[in-house]
Amino acid sequence: MASNTYDAIVIGAGHNGMIAAAYLARAGKKAVVLERREIVGGAAVTEEIFPGYRFSEFSYVVSLLRPEIIRDLELPRHGLKILPLPSTVTPLDNGDYLAGWDDHDLTRREIYRHSPRDAEAYDEYSRVMARAAKAIKPIIGLVPPDPSSLSWRDMKGLLKLGQYAHSLSEHELYRIAKLVTQSSADLLEEWFELDPLKGTKAASGIIGTYLGPRSPGTAYVLLHHYMGEIDGAFRAWGFAKNGTGGVTAAIASSARALGVEIRTSAAVDKVIVRGGRAAGVALANGDELTAKVVMSAADPKRSFLQFVDQQHFPDEFVQAIRDFRVRGSSGKVNIALSGLPDFTCLPGEGPLHRGAISISPSIEYVERAYDDAKYGNFSRQPYMDIIIPSMIDRDMAPPGHHVMSCFVQYAPYDVAGGWDDTKKEAFGETVIATIEKYAPNIRGMIVGKQVITPRDIERIAGITGGNIFHGELLLHQLFFMRPAPQWADFRTPLAGYYFGAAGAHPGGGVMGAAGKMAANEILKDWQ
Amino acid sequence: MPELSTVHHPLYQLRRTPFHARTSQLCLPHNWRRWGGCIAVGSYDLGLDREYWAIRNHAALIDISPLIKYEIGGPDAARLLHRLTPRDIHRMQVGQVYYTGWCDDDGKLLDDGTVTRIGEKSFRLTAAEPQYRWLSMNAVGMQVQVTELTEQMAALSLQGPKSRTILNLACEQPVDSLKYFRMAFNRIAGKAVSVSRTGYTGDLGYEIWMDAADALVIWDALMAAGHDYGITPTGILAMDMARVEAGLFMLDVDYTSASHAWIAGQRSSPYEMGLGWTVNLDKQGYFVGRRALEREHREGSSWKMVGLEIDWEGLEREYAAVGMPPQIPASAVRGSIPIYTGPRQVGYASTSTWSPVLKKYIALVHLQQPFHAPGTRVEIEVTVEHHRRKSPATVVALPFYDPEWKKK
Repeated sequence: MASNTYDAIVIGAGHNGMIAAAYLARAGKKAVVLERREIVGGAAVTEEIFPGYRFSEFSYVVSLLRPEIIRDLELPRHGLKILPLPSTVTPLDNGDYLAGWDDHDLTRREIYRHSPRDAEAYDEYSRVMARAAKAIKPIIGLVPPDPSSLSWRDMKGLLKLGQYAHSLSEHELYRIAKLVTQSSADLLEEWFELDPLKGTKAASGIIGTYLGPRSPGTAYVLLHHYMGEIDGAFRAWGFAKNGTGGVTAAIASSARALGVEIRTSAAVDKVIVRGGRAAGVALANGDELTAKVVMSAADPKRSFLQFVDQQHFPDEFVQAIRDFRVRGSSGKVNIALSGLPDFTCLPGEGPLHRGAISISPSIEYVERAYDDAKYGNFSRQPYMDIIIPSMIDRDMAPPGHHVMSCFVQYAPYDVAGGWDDTKKEAFGETVIATIEKYAPNIRGMIVGKQVITPRDIERIAGITGGNIFHGELLLHQLFFMRPAPQWADFRTPLAGYYFGAAGAHPGGGVMGAAGKMAANEILKDWQ
Repeated sequence: MPELSTVHHPLYQLRRTPFHARTSQLCLPHNWRRWGGCIAVGSYDLGLDREYWAIRNHAALIDISPLIKYEIGGPDAARLLHRLTPRDIHRMQVGQVYYTGWCDDDGKLLDDGTVTRIGEKSFRLTAAEPQYRWLSMNAVGMQVQVTELTEQMAALSLQGPKSRTILNLACEQPVDSLKYFRMAFNRIAGKAVSVSRTGYTGDLGYEIWMDAADALVIWDALMAAGHDYGITPTGILAMDMARVEAGLFMLDVDYTSASHAWIAGQRSSPYEMGLGWTVNLDKQGYFVGRRALEREHREGSSWKMVGLEIDWEGLEREYAAVGMPPQIPASAVRGSIPIYTGPRQVGYASTSTWSPVLKKYIALVHLQQPFHAPGTRVEIEVTVEHHRRKSPATVVALPFYDPEWKKK
């Protein structure tokens, strides 16, 4: 029987937890990852929901996974393959469509057909956003310094940040200041006149937030999604072979090769505290594991309000974590299909099926979808980001059959009246009816559908509130405020207890940055 | 359930020019290139020799329809172009053509093209990249109408010593009196055209602008008129060799538009690109980039694009060392090659080509001050049998090739 004594215990075998453990093992530490479920992956899992039909159950595209993690953990050798997801098509109510292809000339021709002015603005906008993302990117790799602190480390960090800000041009600084405060609608209206273009772009600014495109702060989320684009040459954007579970399978394989032990069906009950330090964990089955350090890769609420008795934290910290906004706003409908849906706007099998299909005809549409959510209802006409994974990786469905992944917003965690089977069915029906408007033959092809609400994300993946980023990417929940002021450096008020997941800086999106940086900080503190 | 059949969507492909029905029939090697979102013939033959020599000895017929074209009209049309470009547009006569670049506020080139004064209040502007947004931004408060003509207007370039003879046969009005960088209206096969004495080869040549609907009729008329004078459909690869000989540069190859640049160092000013002659600092009023260009004019540029002739003896020596005669690429090379003075890199070549008419290996090079003075001896990197060597070369003024009949 394995010894229950480790150098480090990581709670949660999502990508961040396993990445952190892998880095710790690389540094020679004996690390174990404890996973509540019977499978690894967290919210990055592939499951065969219907026999023969495999789904990236929650997270479904890869764009932000840090290139240095891919290199350091040799993920390609462990099976990581990121397949192209080359386009986005927005079907329109008038039967036409707006496409963004993966070719500059084709995209320009396409936008030009709707608006010559926007076709040119689009080029410039893309460059400006890429430059802003490039400018802000070094901050992502930085352990956030606390501006209120006079410690040497924080002062050094602030100095570095100041020097970096100084190195940017005035234009870049203004741009960034605007981007972090503006609404995505305001930003996009400065650039474009085409409704579907604005709607589709704005949609990426509301993903995972409980905000609408007209809410201030959403422009930053839009930028967050642009980060992946600057690694374009590295090709980090796409659909993982075997679904998003393919990413965590590669990470798990790499971690195991480095000596990490991964235990599944090992739910953590409590972090054991001895002498004011985290000293191990007690499992739900009664087993106890001891270690020098414990790191949680669960969400902030679970990590600080459930695993650890609150007496070990200052009240202020507990309050900050309580106030941390984790309200889920997105749902997912995974559909097994006996054939390929035919979209009226681009009939037949074509490039549309190999990319994303965005139901976002205008900012107005997306904002109205939010209006429903604001008053506690799921959107009657939701924003959707649809992909057909089986067109990208044929192993996702039986030959000739397909799987369709529909990311849907808004689906409030605390929907009025609560989520019961009737409400879930109605939500699923809304999604099907929405797709049916653009692909009328879909209904007859449905072999099965899985409806996921934020409640299900919470129940299955264990993310409190069911927010896909473990907490919204709002300005007041970012950088040195994520997850709580003074505790954004992956340490916590409890000595020996660390925190490295999407609820920490720099946020979610299957990035892995939090897990990696947390491991680095653990190693810096190692004595 | 029946399988969906794969459908080829007409919009999911590059545009075809109005001459596609002819050019696609003639493009023997299926050598297509991209140009302005269109497919353009790279070469019609398997090699470039015949097309290149058509430019220099007969007449080459080149489809230049992918050029971006605008019509700028209205009471403030001249004002807009005067503000946009560093040239004195108010002094331009009707029928005159100016070549010019245009800059951003920092005096760095955004694009380059020709401005033709069609009438007192109407101009045609050509560009490599779309400029509608930039034009609109500069036209605020002006009474001016900007119309893009790119797809409605087809264009052919007829370049080479026989081009005038052929046009005289094909056109209703003779073109003998049409001077260099002038434009006149004419008719070919009964169809209205405008003919400008311009081109991208540095030879005698004309560009013919027409309604896209008339494209094929005019192509056929020119081919028929030119048959006995060696008219040769020519692709953009042969033109690429000729334009280097003529010292003409290309966006995205020899310079990066300031609006595309990732970093400041990627931008170029008109002075740096050898377009100082187009910058008229004496002209009245403001134009975009004026202050930055005045400063650069005063303080001097840190580098300049000039010509480079590579010593044949040096190439021979490097190749002889491995037992081979010098090897020459079959077309112009678009790729950065370092230029040295001793161990120090002082610049780079952006396009290099063998010049069949000069029998020299030449390059457009970007050299730091003071190494761009004509006569300066430098060394260019050559890769000889997978090994990097240096070969001596001499800085020369542009153009490399300037036949007397070009402007006559």
